[in-house]
Amino acid sequence: MNIDKPQGRKFHPIYFLLLVPFVALLWVPSYDRVDPELFGIPFFYWYQMAWTLLGAVCTLPVYLHEEKTRS
Amino acid sequence: MSANPVAIAVFLILFVMVACLGFVATRWRKADLHSVHEWGLGGRSFGTVITWFLLGGDLYTAYTFIAVPAAMFATGAVGFFAVPYTILIYPILFLCFPRLWAVAHRHGYVTAADYVKGRFGSKTLALAIALTGIAAIIPYVALQLVGMQVVFAALGIPSTFAGIPNLPVIIAFCVLAAYTYSSGLRGTALTAVVKDLLIYVTVLTAIVVIPSALGGYGKVFASIGPKLLTLPHGSDTSLGATFSYASLALGSALALFLYPHSLTGILSSSSSMAIRKNAILLPAYSLALALLALLGYMAVAAGIKAMPEYAAGFGAFGNNFAIPALFLHMFPAWFVGVAFAAIAIGALVPASIMAIASGNLFTRNIYKQFINPNCTDRQEGRAAKLASMTVKLGALVFVLVFQTSAAIQLQLLGGVWICQTLPAVLVSLYTRWFHPTGLLAGWAAGIISGTVMAYQLSLKSSVYPLHLGGITVPCYAALLALVLNFAVAALVTLVMNAVAPDKTDETVPADYHG
Repeated sequence: MNIDKPQGRKFHPIYFLLLVPFVALLWVPSYDRVDPELFGIPFFYWYQMAWTLLGAVCTLPVYLHEEKTRS
Repeated sequence: MSANPVAIAVFLILFVMVACLGFVATRWRKADLHSVHEWGLGGRSFGTVITWFLLGGDLYTAYTFIAVPAAMFATGAVGFFAVPYTILIYPILFLCFPRLWAVAHRHGYVTAADYVKGRFGSKTLALAIALTGIAAIIPYVALQLVGMQVVFAALGIPSTFAGIPNLPVIIAFCVLAAYTYSSGLRGTALTAVVKDLLIYVTVLTAIVVIPSALGGYGKVFASIGPKLLTLPHGSDTSLGATFSYASLALGSALALFLYPHSLTGILSSSSSMAIRKNAILLPAYSLALALLALLGYMAVAAGIKAMPEYAAGFGAFGNNFAIPALFLHMFPAWFVGVAFAAIAIGALVPASIMAIASGNLFTRNIYKQFINPNCTDRQEGRAAKLASMTVKLGALVFVLVFQTSAAIQLQLLGGVWICQTLPAVLVSLYTRWFHPTGLLAGWAAGIISGTVMAYQLSLKSSVYPLHLGGITVPCYAALLALVLNFAVAALVTLVMNAVAPDKTDETVPADYHG
């Protein structure tokens, strides 16, 4: 461990959450279809729109972790 | 097109109001606007809320709001890649950029090139980063002016006044130049607030009013050909459109925060926690962008393209006219004025930040470094203002002299170029292993290969069909160039570390935690 690193900066597995949106959105064949539709919107579109919110949901625990380690 | 007096009146009132706000901003949080730190970074004083508006106004530009639905209108599902792209930027923002903010805060860096110079002690590498940023941003500013031209034309404002061609866009440019010059990033931050409120009002109204007039979302999607509604799957011989879709989303996401205007927005915030909070709050704009993208399909469903009254607009601006035409067709005149003002002001905000960012780059990494190393703060601030003015003028001339397609093509090249600064700017936040000469060699390899690929595609597309042992890999050229960039950088680093190791570094690990 590098000596001038402040304490509590070790890698924490919670950071893996930030990878989840990459897997969900870059694996395109997994969502490249029409069904099931939602309010007449094909799956391809509402799935990706849902990830605008889910992406933030994935980041939130990491943020709370950061906040905790700072105080 | 015939002039639309009500829409023009509402449009002008809003536009003038916002421009005035830009000038008033000189008095907001009063400070010495002669220094680059105050003029070009707002004194690094913006909290979570202002940063949200500023970055939102900065990243989601007027051109985005016109071009993304236009791409959906013309090409279907492929155009939707802007949505995953603008989702994936936020984990990257959350993880990497608080580190850059922290080190910049500690050492007073204003630009990415400042940081690279501090980290590697190489003026040449810093110059390469600065020039890449400036080259990538000029066509981006030009596209904002194109966005305004589209709106002016849709309003029926004649493009030639009193014998002077392009007078409306020249006037809009003068407004932009004047308030950026006088109040810097403060003016932009205040206008960004108004711009975003107008955009949200427009988007929310559009996604309620237009689908109900067209008979619901089901009807809208039913009007799109089934082949355009999803992406064609890959085959035994090609990875197909799903792969190029993913590569476009990833490559664009990696590039976005390397653009000088994004960095200016990030560095102007008052704390690294404000940046992290924004990585959670900013995706609200991505949802708005997704809803806007669907307007492209609504334009198809409404049969806009076949209507004779919009034929002239499509003739002049191509598919970029789809959204303005849809608004004209669907909204009452006064709301057309509101929506178009949102788009035009939405061009002013990013254009202004882009100009400020390039002014910062020129002054800090070219003027101060190579021309006048002993300049005072005042001289430095003045150089930044003049440089930003020059960039804006360059963009204006560009729009007036060349075809719109030239700006679009150069902006496409700019995306490929800016991506090549990733090893020096982002990866170096985590490791000082790379040798500056290696990074420079990698950068050159990336820029050259990326440019060659783009030219082989006649600058019409950025998806390069790479042939790998009988399989075609259609991949965003910026990503392919980046892979080559990394390979060359690593190889040259191995050689250089053996021959002439260079560990110059004015930063220490603790600088990166903030």
